[in-house]
Amino acid sequence: MKKQTREIIERVYHHQRKRIITITIILCIILCILMALSMMLGNTFYSLNTVIQSLLYENIPGASFTVNTLRFPRMLAGVFCGIAFGMAGNTFQKMLGNPLASPDIIGVTSGASTVAVFCILILHWSGNAVSIGAILGGMLVAFLIYRLSQGIGSNNGRMILIGLGFQAFLQAVISYIILRAAQYDVANALRWLSGSLNNVTIEEAVRIVIVVIFMGSSLVYLSRRLMLLQLGEDFATTLGLNIQRTKLLLIVNAIILSAVATSISGPIAAVSFLSGPIITRICKGNQANMLQAGLMGAILVLAGDLVAQNLLPARYPVGIITGILGAPYLLLMLFRMNHKGG
Amino acid sequence: MRKKNVYFLFVILSLCLIVVSALSILYGSKSVDMETLFDALFTNKESFSISVVQARIPRTLFGILAGASLGVSGCLMQSITRNPIADPSILGINTGASLFVVVGIAFFSISSPSQYIWLGFTGAILTAILVYGIASVGQSGATPIKLALAGAATSMALMSLVNTIMLPNSQVMDSFRFWQTGSIGGAKWNMILVLLPYFILGLLLSFYLSSSLNTLALGDELATSLGINSKKVRAMAAFAGVLLCGATTALAGPIAFVGLMVPHIMRLLIGSNMHYLLPLSALGGSILLLGADIIGRVIASPAELEVGIITAILGAPVFIYIVRKVKIRSL
Repeated sequence: MKKQTREIIERVYHHQRKRIITITIILCIILCILMALSMMLGNTFYSLNTVIQSLLYENIPGASFTVNTLRFPRMLAGVFCGIAFGMAGNTFQKMLGNPLASPDIIGVTSGASTVAVFCILILHWSGNAVSIGAILGGMLVAFLIYRLSQGIGSNNGRMILIGLGFQAFLQAVISYIILRAAQYDVANALRWLSGSLNNVTIEEAVRIVIVVIFMGSSLVYLSRRLMLLQLGEDFATTLGLNIQRTKLLLIVNAIILSAVATSISGPIAAVSFLSGPIITRICKGNQANMLQAGLMGAILVLAGDLVAQNLLPARYPVGIITGILGAPYLLLMLFRMNHKGG
Repeated sequence: MRKKNVYFLFVILSLCLIVVSALSILYGSKSVDMETLFDALFTNKESFSISVVQARIPRTLFGILAGASLGVSGCLMQSITRNPIADPSILGINTGASLFVVVGIAFFSISSPSQYIWLGFTGAILTAILVYGIASVGQSGATPIKLALAGAATSMALMSLVNTIMLPNSQVMDSFRFWQTGSIGGAKWNMILVLLPYFILGLLLSFYLSSSLNTLALGDELATSLGINSKKVRAMAAFAGVLLCGATTALAGPIAFVGLMVPHIMRLLIGSNMHYLLPLSALGGSILLLGADIIGRVIASPAELEVGIITAILGAPVFIYIVRKVKIRSL
């Protein structure tokens, strides 16, 4: 390689690296502002000072309960469920090489929700058991979709269509469970199904934090291999990547993330689906951008929750806001995909 | 397939329909016997069982009409889009009808079936145009995957809007919740009377078009050279299809997959001649819908399970089977 060429490549590489670091810092700042806002705003406004004081040591009458028991778990769960959804969506989209193939479109999240709704409404379970059930549900559906789309000339389009079939089936099962459940549970279940941060307890928030720390960091660790996968399977094999094992690791991590998040906040619509593509557009290039996608997910959830709680006449679950956001983007993307000739 | 076999199948399906209708009237949380059925139909006796039967007759009739509409509508849509997975629920048309109905309930306090029909129909036709338009932009036209994704996207958008209207308003939520999962349980005589004209119009139009549709299946160019105005035939067939499914959805709520399953099964049995396919799809749709309704009453007894849930549970595996069978080229 000529010296000049190498210099150009290095310059581009450094430029891209700097760009991504800047973007990450900006995302972190936005997220911090949103976190502060979601602690301060609500029925009563507390200044940043009061929030910090009541979180750290002092017992301020009124403020302590609102901030420590109500707003803090909600904020924490919002941030970490957002990260989980964002990372899981990004992993699926990049791995399957299709920006539409996020877990909430191809039925994996529905698998988790179905089991979670069954555990909550029929078996009256709560806590870890629901999360484990949701993980198993998500895995089972992912496995079935994968198996059913294999062996007949595997193709991502077929996998997405089969996922959509599962989605319809699971939605029917969820309706069935809701109709059989006790009347007073139904309103809650409907709210939960559109994705909501209401009534999150500190135990649940801690659970998602732990899961995100473990699975999230292993996904960030795996993102180098994900980049290799994106180059094409033949190429990745030549570079010495064990494709089946890498895929399995990625899928398992992503499903655990999205299933645990689903069992806590419900399927918050379109977050998985939006984070990856937005980040890819901002960062350009073909890095895996795992961390950034997670941050973007957290920003979407917190911003959606702030809007849903404070700006609208009625208090909506956050999933409705993100769902409305997600839909036009999906249509836009379809248009773009069509222009490229699909 | 020979004509004789088609007539044979026609007779068998008609017999099935009669059996299913009888079961649908007789079976329920209070079962009645045949004698009571005849008493209710042909005499003026009065008893509790007879009034039970009289309440179940409109439900059964409505099920027959709705099933036939959905079957024919699915058959038309698959034929004009040349797309094996065209179905009102996959294409998001049901959600469009839902949005219009919920807007009607919430903002214009609408409650009569004849108004529901117009709203549902308008919503269905607008959504159909939108989804098909989005999917057919680009070179390769409306492939199954693009149609399905456009449908899923539109559904997601419209469902968020439906929720936005519905959630803060518990009264709307209550009247809409029963509508949202398709059901024929609330059928009354006046609903049948409202549905009937649309049903007859849609059915006549589609039978009238069946030979043109057969020609169209040969390809647009050949059809044009044989003297068929392909755009006009498509538009009329689409109108008939959306009319049938929009009217049914407006009254019964979204019932998924009937329009997907029935034409496929019929095509396996008799091939794709629309002359036979349309009437047999109508019969098959009625049988499937009534059968699903009876299953819903059996497994959830003494309560009942909405027929829309049963058809989705039955239909999704069929959908997956179809997707697996379709050649990759045509995805």
